[in-house]
Amino acid sequence: MSRKIIVGFDGSPASQRALDFAITRAKAQGDGIVIAHILEWSPYSFLTPEELAERHKRRKNELERAEKAILAPMVARVEEQGVPVTTALKYGHIAETLVQIAKTEDAAMIMIGRMGHSGLSSRIFGSVAGTLAQVAPVPVTIVP
Amino acid sequence: MTLRAAQLLFAAIALTIAGTAPTLAQGFEEQFDTYFGHATGWFVNIIFYSFDIGGISIPWIVGWLVIGATIFTIYFGFIQFRMVSHAIALVKGDYSDPNDAGEVSHFQALATALSGTVGLGNIAGVAVAVGIGGPGATFWMIVAGLLGMASKFTECTLGVKYRNEYEDGTVSGGPMYYMTKGFAERGLPGGKFLGIMFAIFCILGSWGGGNMFQSNQAHAQIANVMGSFGIESFPGWITGLIFAVIVFLVIIGGLKSIAQVTEKVVPFMGILYVGTAVVIILMNYDMIGTAFSQIFAGAFTETGIVGGAIGALIQGFRRAAFSNEAGVGSAAIAHSAVRTKEPVTEGFVSLLEPFIDTVVICTMTALVIIITGQLVSDPETGLFVLNEAGDAIKTVDGSSGVELTSAAFSSNFSWFRYLLVIAVVLFAFSTMISWSYYGLKAWTYLFGEGQTKEIIYKLLFCFFAFLGATIQLGSVLDFSDAAIFAMAIPNIIALYCLLPIVRKDMNSYISRLRSGEIKKFV
Repeated sequence: MSRKIIVGFDGSPASQRALDFAITRAKAQGDGIVIAHILEWSPYSFLTPEELAERHKRRKNELERAEKAILAPMVARVEEQGVPVTTALKYGHIAETLVQIAKTEDAAMIMIGRMGHSGLSSRIFGSVAGTLAQVAPVPVTIVP
Repeated sequence: MTLRAAQLLFAAIALTIAGTAPTLAQGFEEQFDTYFGHATGWFVNIIFYSFDIGGISIPWIVGWLVIGATIFTIYFGFIQFRMVSHAIALVKGDYSDPNDAGEVSHFQALATALSGTVGLGNIAGVAVAVGIGGPGATFWMIVAGLLGMASKFTECTLGVKYRNEYEDGTVSGGPMYYMTKGFAERGLPGGKFLGIMFAIFCILGSWGGGNMFQSNQAHAQIANVMGSFGIESFPGWITGLIFAVIVFLVIIGGLKSIAQVTEKVVPFMGILYVGTAVVIILMNYDMIGTAFSQIFAGAFTETGIVGGAIGALIQGFRRAAFSNEAGVGSAAIAHSAVRTKEPVTEGFVSLLEPFIDTVVICTMTALVIIITGQLVSDPETGLFVLNEAGDAIKTVDGSSGVELTSAAFSSNFSWFRYLLVIAVVLFAFSTMISWSYYGLKAWTYLFGEGQTKEIIYKLLFCFFAFLGATIQLGSVLDFSDAAIFAMAIPNIIALYCLLPIVRKDMNSYISRLRSGEIKKFV
């Protein structure tokens, strides 16, 4: 049975720690890692006509930048440790998209870093961790 | 580049301020008005040439738009009624591939196109229609809105189908591209000629109706509110300068945040406007029945207005056409950026636009004016009473246009007049941003892409934004209105010529949808 750990990675120190934690776990249990980077996006946001015309170009640039600056160095780091690694780069609502990736990859668990939002802002906007805890189809580990 | 552009703009503004200095201004303005009127009057007369039937004048361009919309409606078998639920499913994203997330969605294309059309037409134009044509005008406005959905469907499908996609991934689309490429595909002559004609009118329209007219009307509203605070004759050049600077920052300075804020606030204002209207209608629920019977009676029978039922029809058709721009071709530019493999899907989505703009928002304005009893009628005969000039229905406080809308809404909520000013200014601004883009696309179609060329267009755009609020020139405003409607001449000719292409795509799509080949992703 394939056992994959999805790591929600945004480049922040907390997500670095989550990835390190995932590497140790993966090594110990012979698991693989999927580094998932989600670009926050809503199809219901409002754009100006000029942004509409440039959207396709920008999307291409954003994906290239994320691939090169965020994912590639991490892949190298995981491979160094001898752990099998793939990546997932998607647009969407962060928690929902992580759940989607976990389903399609048939993952064993999801790991994310703690964002450290407290009180008001997470009450208003909701937090990725909070949403994941409620909707994830697999166990979720939140690394502080 | 930007710095030089800024210097140029301020030089231009400084020159204009000097040119419109009070002492010189009066004489200069009048001279300019006369000169400009002589130079462009013939054009305005052609576009708004009216036939006189039984004492009522019917502008031929309104007939041109409505007849076009009727033909498209019949040709596509009442597509606007058959595909509404599918259009809503498309906007919700039911048929969007999740792997395309991050690309322009149907919702975004629709929202952007709407923010370009929802504006003064919905607030002031409707009040003019109801003020002159009576409640019956509302009925014909709705009919014209429903027919206009077929025009939008046709032009937006073609807009996506024949857009240019460049190597770097940006897109340019609009009537000028389907004129050139679509005509070539069908082996028809004259596509290039129509495209150039359309592009010229589009540039003039973008400076005029999409810009000068907007800042002019926004200033009229601001000056009015300033007047109620005791500041008489608030100078137009202040409004003009503010508009010009903000537009400059957005379209040349690349300050996206202002445009983004506007794009977010405008839909909210639209919802607030309709919401308030609904609340006012519900507060006067005992009048709803009367209002609708007035609307139906006025549409077909004599109610004392100028021109009777025909007068109501003309006013309704005219304002609907002015408000939703169906057949003008502007929407085809806005919709063409959507990411889809099926151009016809964007056509379906775009047919919601006249529905929201005219059938929902315009009707709300009309209902509030009728329900709050702004129009004076004779209690004995039940006929409407005309004002002293005899050209419109007498209103309770003698107001007309945007003032009438303001009075109607304020009769229940006195604070609404201030909200309305904010709404008018924001709607005007978002319309200007949209039209600056439409005009730019026409400009680059004529002169080619290139930073210097684009900057020249944009600087001129800022200058006209300033001019629009500063001067009160009837001839300039007439001309700018005429230019927007002139766009409909080449556009509707092109739509007639390309109808078979749209029908082929539409039938192919609908049959694949029915057979289950096209599936929902959710």
